[in-house]
Amino acid sequence: MTQAPDSVITDEMRAAIGVEGPPAVMEVEKTNCRMYARSVGHTDPIFYDEAAAKARGYRGIVAPPGFLGTPIFRPGGSGAVPGELGGRTFSVPYKRILNGGTDYEYFPDPPDGDAICAGDTITARSKISGFEEATGSLGPMLITTRETTYTNQHGKVVAKMYGTLIQY
Amino acid sequence: MGQVYFEDVNEGDEIPQLKKNCSTQQLVLWAAGSGDFYQIHYDKDFAQSTGLKGLIVHGALKNAFLGQLLHDWVGEQGQIRRFGCSYRGMDEPKQDILCRGVVKKKYSDGGKHYVELDVWTEKPDGKKTSPGTAIVTLPGKN
Repeated sequence: MTQAPDSVITDEMRAAIGVEGPPAVMEVEKTNCRMYARSVGHTDPIFYDEAAAKARGYRGIVAPPGFLGTPIFRPGGSGAVPGELGGRTFSVPYKRILNGGTDYEYFPDPPDGDAICAGDTITARSKISGFEEATGSLGPMLITTRETTYTNQHGKVVAKMYGTLIQY
Repeated sequence: MGQVYFEDVNEGDEIPQLKKNCSTQQLVLWAAGSGDFYQIHYDKDFAQSTGLKGLIVHGALKNAFLGQLLHDWVGEQGQIRRFGCSYRGMDEPKQDILCRGVVKKKYSDGGKHYVELDVWTEKPDGKKTSPGTAIVTLPGKN
């Protein structure tokens, strides 16, 4: 009831803050690691060659920075990447949408965390961390921040992703 | 390039730059690598129908370039703890994208040596299109 009359943030949206969405399973496979590394232009052999990765102490080919696995594609599914543009949407009076930015946090240290390597199966869980309204060069906008936690097959949290979505 | 050590790094230092220049083929490779198949990145007619001048480089690809900048800098004994950027401006294919980083702060905690950086991509005219930050760990000499 303190809500400003022109706010687009509804009670339904406020209630959704912090609520985890359904988990998404991400597969980390050799071929995807290589493809991602190749598309960026990485030259470190740990992203391409299993023997090179093992020689450097990794369990297998390493997932390049920003690669957190491939969501399992199912015909008819959204194919959305969890935490980026995917997930829950709300009815707001803005038509256009922009990916405002992404931050990746890694937890590579055993025993609590680990590196992400080919062969891993990662479970991604996303939640909305907050809504914010602002007026910028694009006019009034709604900024949604999301946090996705990535847990590997051994129950270790290996990464978090913080995403910003702008609707205007 | 040899291993960089914590002791070698000072606040204000710029790390070695990484220059990128995306062909349209690289954008298609990235679409496949990342799973982002939005057509504004490889279908010029589609991009123009949305009001863009032409194709634009994926924001997440520029973020991944910053990941490469950091990965190559920290070397075999360093680790990326956190990195990311905001997508503030558009870049086109076939134009240089310069990836840069400057050391903001260094400190040790719990036996680890942390370095915080400002990282960004910039256009040939110096405009920053993807400003961000990063935290890495580097090995110490002892």
